[in-house]
Amino acid sequence: MAKEELMNYEKALEQFEVVIGLEVHVELNTKTKMFCGCRNDFGDEPNTNVCPVCIGLPGSLPAVNRQAVENSIAIGLALGCSIASSCRFARKQYFYPDLAKNFQTSQYDEPIAFEGSIDIEVPSGNVFTVAIERAHMEEDAGKLTHVGGSTGRIHGAEFSLVDYNRAGVPLVEIVTKPILGAGAEAPELAAAYVRSIRDIVKALNVSEARMERGNVRCDANVSLRRHGEAKLGTRTETKNVNSLRSIERAVRYEIQRQAHILAAGGSITQETRHWHEDRGITSSGRLKSDADDYRYFPEPDLLPVQPSVALIDSIRAALPENPAARRKRLAGEWSFSELEFRDVVNAGLLDHVEATVAAGASAQSARKWWTGEVARIANAENKDVDELGVTPAHVAELATLVESGKINDRIAREVLAAVIAGEGSPAEVVAAKGLEVVSDDGALLAAIDEALAKQPDVLEKIREGKVQAAGAVIGAVMQAMKGQADAARVRELVIERANS
Amino acid sequence: MSDLVKKTAAELVSMLQKSEVSSVDVTKAHLDRIEKLNPTINSFLHVTAEQALKVAQDVDRRRAAGEKLPKLAGLPIAVKDNLTTTDAPTTCGSRMLQGWVPQYDATVVTKLRNEFMPILGKTNLDEFAMGSSTEFSAYGPSRNPWDTERIPGGSGGGSASAVAGYLAPLAIGSDTGGSIRFPAAVTGTVGTKPTYGAVSRYGLIALASSLDQIGPVSRTVLDAALLQDVIGGHDAKDSTSLTKDFGSMAELAANRDVKGLRVGVIKQLSGEGFQPGVKACFNESLALLAANGAEIVEVDCPSFEYAISAYYLILPAEASSNLAKFDSVRFGMRVNPSDNATIEQVMAATREAGFGPEVKRRIILGTYALSSGAYDAYYGAAQKVRTLIQRDFDAAFAKADVLVSPTAPTTAFKFGEKVADPLAMYLNDIATIPANLAGTPGMSIPNGLASEDGLPSGIQILAPAMEDHRLYRVGAALEALHEAVWGKRLMDSAPELKVGA
Repeated sequence: MAKEELMNYEKALEQFEVVIGLEVHVELNTKTKMFCGCRNDFGDEPNTNVCPVCIGLPGSLPAVNRQAVENSIAIGLALGCSIASSCRFARKQYFYPDLAKNFQTSQYDEPIAFEGSIDIEVPSGNVFTVAIERAHMEEDAGKLTHVGGSTGRIHGAEFSLVDYNRAGVPLVEIVTKPILGAGAEAPELAAAYVRSIRDIVKALNVSEARMERGNVRCDANVSLRRHGEAKLGTRTETKNVNSLRSIERAVRYEIQRQAHILAAGGSITQETRHWHEDRGITSSGRLKSDADDYRYFPEPDLLPVQPSVALIDSIRAALPENPAARRKRLAGEWSFSELEFRDVVNAGLLDHVEATVAAGASAQSARKWWTGEVARIANAENKDVDELGVTPAHVAELATLVESGKINDRIAREVLAAVIAGEGSPAEVVAAKGLEVVSDDGALLAAIDEALAKQPDVLEKIREGKVQAAGAVIGAVMQAMKGQADAARVRELVIERANS
Repeated sequence: MSDLVKKTAAELVSMLQKSEVSSVDVTKAHLDRIEKLNPTINSFLHVTAEQALKVAQDVDRRRAAGEKLPKLAGLPIAVKDNLTTTDAPTTCGSRMLQGWVPQYDATVVTKLRNEFMPILGKTNLDEFAMGSSTEFSAYGPSRNPWDTERIPGGSGGGSASAVAGYLAPLAIGSDTGGSIRFPAAVTGTVGTKPTYGAVSRYGLIALASSLDQIGPVSRTVLDAALLQDVIGGHDAKDSTSLTKDFGSMAELAANRDVKGLRVGVIKQLSGEGFQPGVKACFNESLALLAANGAEIVEVDCPSFEYAISAYYLILPAEASSNLAKFDSVRFGMRVNPSDNATIEQVMAATREAGFGPEVKRRIILGTYALSSGAYDAYYGAAQKVRTLIQRDFDAAFAKADVLVSPTAPTTAFKFGEKVADPLAMYLNDIATIPANLAGTPGMSIPNGLASEDGLPSGIQILAPAMEDHRLYRVGAALEALHEAVWGKRLMDSAPELKVGA
């Protein structure tokens, strides 16, 4: 696995046109598996969510999961695809121990969704339209663990273990048409595309969409051809590139590697390649050639899937707003800075902020609370924000209390802590604990006079123009009022005293 | 021989219901006969005497307590060894599954258990139901009770010989190209293949998924109807099972009048190339039907000529895929060719040792038929023939209410006669295969003894899809006409089966 020679990236792009194609597998979050009633819960104790169907015992038969079909239709519609009025499953046949039946029940020439497209914006602001060839349903294989080797791969392993909990988990495979014209931005486009797919399936709530858990997996096809050449070059398929950053790196690496080979007069081998995150390289895997004969044929144990027009229409009507369009709209409505907006998105708090604004808070205060204090507490307690029990309504109420001057920022943080502790809504906490700021000037003046009596020189200093001297008195007053005073008002009153 | 085993299922049901006989007595009578004769006839691969008696005792106790029981409660039955059972091995007649006890019951087995029917045991078959004689069973052939030197038909020769030899009053079979009907014809019994989807296939170890259908094996048409009423019906676990309610075959078959019935004789299956005695019996039955008011019409099914060719592409293609799971990883036989064998080497060695010659032949055929380059010319073309055969049936049923043909070209042949000639063996199913390709129902009933060898021949009745009741109605009518002419049942002519014969 020697590190191969690479051509300088800019030079590669001068000589060659880049063509990429992306296959994204999305694991659906249905309650049960694709063809049986076993729980779709891959993290459980190995081989506990299994039955005669998903371990392929003789005599067992598959039955299609209706929810998985509906989720697949939703994905197809969100990608602008046509939905087949009738489509079939097919058997893809090859022997491998993670495949219980030694064939995968998949779709071949009749995918449920086909011919769509999606606009992808890359960091430069350029927008590319990616044509979707198809989105089809299939089942996942079991998970193999190779024990005893140094690489964790099958070669060199002493033995292998199979966990069939994952066997039969519903997948949707989304395949693009060849993507041309992205030039130097092809790696960024690949990553941005996968990010979009991830966001879409998450917004549809059809997948957990966590790449680090393999809910969304990407195989990246890359080929090069000389500028002006009509025929597509030989492609490589880099498997299971499982983070957005590695997709970008893997595509860039393959461009440079292939460019070097082609420029030296060599030819590209059509093969599967593995991405090595640690070394930042791809290495040759299985040869892919005409010898790969999967002997596809229509699955005789299943009837064609024929979604009614009414079903498709009802799924279409329930589709959430496209995530990219939604972000564009919200960025306009909220007028955050680019950085502020990215913080909200990256923290996964877009929904929270939107709901908080809808509940009456200003966009800025909603953003500050969620990305600030709430996120800080979640982080400190090592919890997900949603596990804290704080709702957008709570945050909106809190923000309103602050904005109307009923409580100050410090008290508000205390109120938030009480809300998290389950003591009620912010208004209830304020009322129960008597935390509302003292707005009675009489009470404040009494406290000010008391403080001034201890620091008689302050008034003089203020009169001399040293206004900052008021700070000492303000501090004393706030202490006396247990923080429940509007510091700005106290400051006003102290200055009035000095000037009266 | 106990008189009890000579009774029909319907007679036994009536006696059981009236408490004239106990289920334990009926079950014991059959178990005794199995114990005595199975070493000779080899109908059963596994006998589940203990479990059967337990069910029988339970039925007797419940009946004595006045409990309302299902109709066939207490009536024993045999089950073909390609249906999964949790309390007995399920081998499919293959070394590959020797000793394998499944973790789940087939839907049909569950239905038998819910009906409180004691299961006597599991019956022999050609390995994975591939064959017409049981000679391809890894556990030795079953023998024909009419002549133990002859084949009992296949693949369901175990179920047919058990019922013909009075080892069981009823049995379950499976029919992919004639595996219920051909054994019925050569053993003088009744074999029924319901409409595809009428009986759940869940737990039936698949040979060819689009052709396989479970059905009743019996000695009379009424007995078949009683069993069909138990095993039929929709099953959510089998996506291809039909949701239509077929009604009770036992009730729908009550009208046995053939007057005005249009009986279609299939030109392509009207006797050319058939054994003369078989053909003669067939013509006699046609005359009998005509004499009783049926109208005999000839129908043309030109595509039937290609049925066997299409069948021997579709079946091996599906079988090659269905049998891929036998790889030693999760169940069944495992052969370790060496200490450091790779998984591929273990899989290959296991499949080499575990599968017999006919299974290997069909896996190779099917793998080739599906390979890229061959697919269109073979599997694709065969599917087109299938459509043409369905059209032939549609046209024929526009002219006739039922179609008839001899069930098979010959009577039972001798062991070894065709085993080395696969094409000759495949031709046994020439008349039965079209119904599997079209998904339509068919029934074979006894049709007299062929004059040249004195062995049973069968007549096949075919009906349109979901019109299964026509088989029972016409079958029962013809059965009654035969009995009137012969003065007895065909089975009453069978020689007494002897130990060690």
